[in-house]
Amino acid sequence: MFPPRFRYEAPRSVSEAVSLLRDGGGEAKVLAGGQSLVPLLKLRFASPEVLVDINNLPDLAYHRVGEDGALHIGALCRHVDLERSGLVAAQQPTMAAAAPMIADPIVRTRGTLVGSLCHADPQGDWAAVMVAMGGQVVAQGSNGRRTIALADFVTGPFQNTLAYDELAVEAVVPATRGELRGGFLKLERRVGDFATAGTAVAVELSGDRVVRAGIALSGVGGHTIDARAAADSLTDGVLDGAAIARAADLAAEAAEPRSDHRGSAAYKRHIIHTFVTRILTRVSTTESKAA
Amino acid sequence: MTSLFEEITSPAASDVPVRRVTITVNGRPRTLDVEPRLLLAHLLRQGLQLTGTHTGCDTTNCGACTVLYDGSPVKSCTMLAVQADGHDVRTVEGLGTASELDPVQEGFKQEHGLQCGFCTPGMMLASRALLDRNDDPTEDEVRFALSGNLCRCTGYQNIVKAVLWAAAKQRGRAPADAGSEAPPDIPPEAGRDAAVDATQGA
Repeated sequence: MFPPRFRYEAPRSVSEAVSLLRDGGGEAKVLAGGQSLVPLLKLRFASPEVLVDINNLPDLAYHRVGEDGALHIGALCRHVDLERSGLVAAQQPTMAAAAPMIADPIVRTRGTLVGSLCHADPQGDWAAVMVAMGGQVVAQGSNGRRTIALADFVTGPFQNTLAYDELAVEAVVPATRGELRGGFLKLERRVGDFATAGTAVAVELSGDRVVRAGIALSGVGGHTIDARAAADSLTDGVLDGAAIARAADLAAEAAEPRSDHRGSAAYKRHIIHTFVTRILTRVSTTESKAA
Repeated sequence: MTSLFEEITSPAASDVPVRRVTITVNGRPRTLDVEPRLLLAHLLRQGLQLTGTHTGCDTTNCGACTVLYDGSPVKSCTMLAVQADGHDVRTVEGLGTASELDPVQEGFKQEHGLQCGFCTPGMMLASRALLDRNDDPTEDEVRFALSGNLCRCTGYQNIVKAVLWAAAKQRGRAPADAGSEAPPDIPPEAGRDAAVDATQGA
């Protein structure tokens, strides 16, 4: 298999990339890690006129904490960079748990977090993590920059709200108010398969009280599910057994699974319940941040 | 069937743009004109006749086409050849020579780490990338590092043993460790086992 013909452009700056996207008039696609786009090109599910390869913009390879206390992840930060990051390991337990579970180790060499968010696969792992964290995407367009909450960024399967002349330049994980704890669990038939069900949990604690919580689910609906009611049930409370059981019930209710070759709807719902219980129990009983 | 590469290396139709790229393949700079949609795997196999890089699933699942791109393992069926312009690519042909095998190649030989051999080039390059980062991996670390490479013959057991063998060999050889570390921890019966397995067609 090989891709259809396209014009290839390799800009040297973000502004040049944005100009190419604008000139492409909706028929241009951005190539970052390419681990979803190149297979789609080969299967002819995508046939853009212009491919704008941003791999020559190494200034976008960063991930760092900004002056605002938020974690900024550039469009060329690869999965493997996050997997091996001391910063992520020390400060971002939900991301640290998810990073080694993205796709497979060789795909992680190339693929990017921002590209994964833009791809908007309903079974995407990073989207669940970022929804649980209250994350955002920063888009650079012809008329400047804007910040889009992830909840508003994805509009449907493989659809996002970027305008045709906008480049997603970074993802942002907001500064925390309390002590951040969390985890990510995914059931997959084998490494590299899409999630049968995945659960991302992030809670911020002040003393023993939850000051913010996020729970998001992947693989159990046509889009990443923000289990808002489950997360809100934890806020301002203590993480005890009753609170954990209530949150797990609400998260399982929020799931919209369908029976398929990966399992029955009831089974997937059960997995979500188990994962939420497991992560929150670890979070509530361990001194360690990772769960 | 005409390969894409042949299509574009024979004088390209005037409306098909080609790009001149220079890629260092196994230490040697190669300059070629390629159509942007050419995949790196096709450039290596058809363009440079380096058929050691296998295309298995062609859908980014199996890892048979794994090569080292600036030292990191990538699936060459999932990268465009134009993206390798100015970069370093290493294939199984560049791993060792017939007279001096890479420890990974030697390990696969000693521990019978292959049967049909189709996944082997990708397995060995992923293993090389692991040992370049960590020359003393645990069994779990080996399994984790190879989890993007599929083998349908071996059940992986001997592949994992092969990589651990290679790691031990490499540590024994490493100049920094010379004299300060015991000889490589290679089971003396390893070679014999491999020979027995081979005759049994296991």
